[in-house]
Amino acid sequence: MESRYDVRSSKTTIGDIMNTFNIDNIRQDFPALNQLNRNRPLVYLDNAATTQKPNQVIDVISTFYRTSNANVHRGIYEISERATEAFESARQKAADFIHAEDSSSIIFTRGTTEAINLVAYAWGLHNLSPGDEILVTEMEHHSNIIPWQLIARKTGSILRYIPINEDGTLNLENSDIFFTSKTKIVAVIHQSNVLGTINPVKEIIQQAKQVGAISLVDGAQSTPHFKVDVQEIGCDFFAFSGHKMVGPTGVGVLYGKRELLESMEPFQGGGEMIKSVTFEESTWNDVPWKFEAGTPNIAQAIGLGAAIDYLNDIGIDQIHTYEQELTEYALDILEKIPGIQIYGQAPNRGAVISFNVDGVHPHDMVQFLDQDGIAVRGGHHCAQPIMKKFNVSATTRASFYLYNTRDEIDHLVESINKTASFLRR
Amino acid sequence: MEDLRELYQQLILDHSQNPKNFHEMEHPTHTAEGDNPLCGDEVTVYLKVEDDVIKDVSFVGSGCAISKASSSIMTETLKGKTIEEAHTIFDLFHRMITTGETDSAQEEKMAVLAGVHKFPSRVKCAMLAWHSAIGAIDKKEETVSTE
Repeated sequence: MESRYDVRSSKTTIGDIMNTFNIDNIRQDFPALNQLNRNRPLVYLDNAATTQKPNQVIDVISTFYRTSNANVHRGIYEISERATEAFESARQKAADFIHAEDSSSIIFTRGTTEAINLVAYAWGLHNLSPGDEILVTEMEHHSNIIPWQLIARKTGSILRYIPINEDGTLNLENSDIFFTSKTKIVAVIHQSNVLGTINPVKEIIQQAKQVGAISLVDGAQSTPHFKVDVQEIGCDFFAFSGHKMVGPTGVGVLYGKRELLESMEPFQGGGEMIKSVTFEESTWNDVPWKFEAGTPNIAQAIGLGAAIDYLNDIGIDQIHTYEQELTEYALDILEKIPGIQIYGQAPNRGAVISFNVDGVHPHDMVQFLDQDGIAVRGGHHCAQPIMKKFNVSATTRASFYLYNTRDEIDHLVESINKTASFLRR
Repeated sequence: MEDLRELYQQLILDHSQNPKNFHEMEHPTHTAEGDNPLCGDEVTVYLKVEDDVIKDVSFVGSGCAISKASSSIMTETLKGKTIEEAHTIFDLFHRMITTGETDSAQEEKMAVLAGVHKFPSRVKCAMLAWHSAIGAIDKKEETVSTE
């Protein structure tokens, strides 16, 4: 398939899909969906882990390497200018996608994890004192726990957790006990990668503001699936990953309020992030480049730009509506499986369903589903505190994206039933 | 699918549903905890060793059918063996799990897990309790040797 993507104008056009949601056309865009898994047609339901890539993204990356590969921000020659322009236009696309004030608030990172670490080290290390409190929730992915544990240990600050309810929502009753004058940063997951819960981040951040704390939202699981407006949310930082939204691995974004970014120390040192260097000292480049030491992930960032174009052309609202219908359908028929326990029943939830079936360990379940062509995840999903909360060591997790179908969910349910009756015989 | 159904044969399911020696032990001489962080499997192995002979073995923990069955089979196999025999059996078991090769000298009970080698991602599940048991024994021996 020939790419119609122009690195300079950077606008992907998607065949027949304009404003209509045509699932057959969408599936044709993703070559990896069209293959066998253990000799059965692949049913890919591990989208919370990573998503497949459409031709439109693959072609843009390949075209970049074939025609415009050069280092950015340095060369005076034509292809370097072209690479720089494509790279910076991807930054603008990322800014527009999450409705950031402008592209200078967008830092390219390796992914969500690196974005959170950037805030922990470049802000936390210099602004937290003994006794200060870092507030997260029991629902966090390890990537929004471990960096804070490390920083708390270094600074003498304290990590506190907003608890979760049985239904997988956050327990925000009496939350005043968590939001105090000691609270310096509130870091919260937008959508749980285990329970699917979509958290009321706007309200949480208002509470953070009332006590003078800054805020970070982990948007790894939300940004791919529904419209995000960081200005409306009101957060100081927002992080997301490219590979969970049909983009390449190795690229993510940290959005930050400009004045905060400007007041912060650099995260890593090296080329690109400096204005001038002497043997004694250096001055830093402007934001966002101050936080992008070394040659950045140029092709990946441009690939992320193409992924954003792809999602925009289909429409993030359309994707969300489609996924909501799919999730409702899945919940409906999964609930009918004898002995099933679904973890997370939040009214406001995304396309992630974690479950266990009586007498079947998730590891065995996943192995049998794999034999039927179905790719799902079994384990603790990098969220051991949630597992502990629900008193399980692991769950099976199915997570959907824009290219999944009801047929695939039917196949999943059929395979779960078959596996359960085989293993419980 | 046939390979997988073979792996999960009735004997494996029986062991996993009703594991042998599945309890804590009072006054063990050796214990070790093992976990498989990837899937959250956890096992604690207890041994009672007297005069270089494993008088008793038991385990507790949670895990998949393969890890539970393998733990159960481990306790049945190692009970009554000398430390030296346990090491030999461990090596045979490890070879069988990773390559599928069986040895005429090895315990029959172990052979039901030979199919694991066809599923590389499950090798860890099958080895967890065995590594823990041999680790517990070796650790104690080390301590003894340094005194």
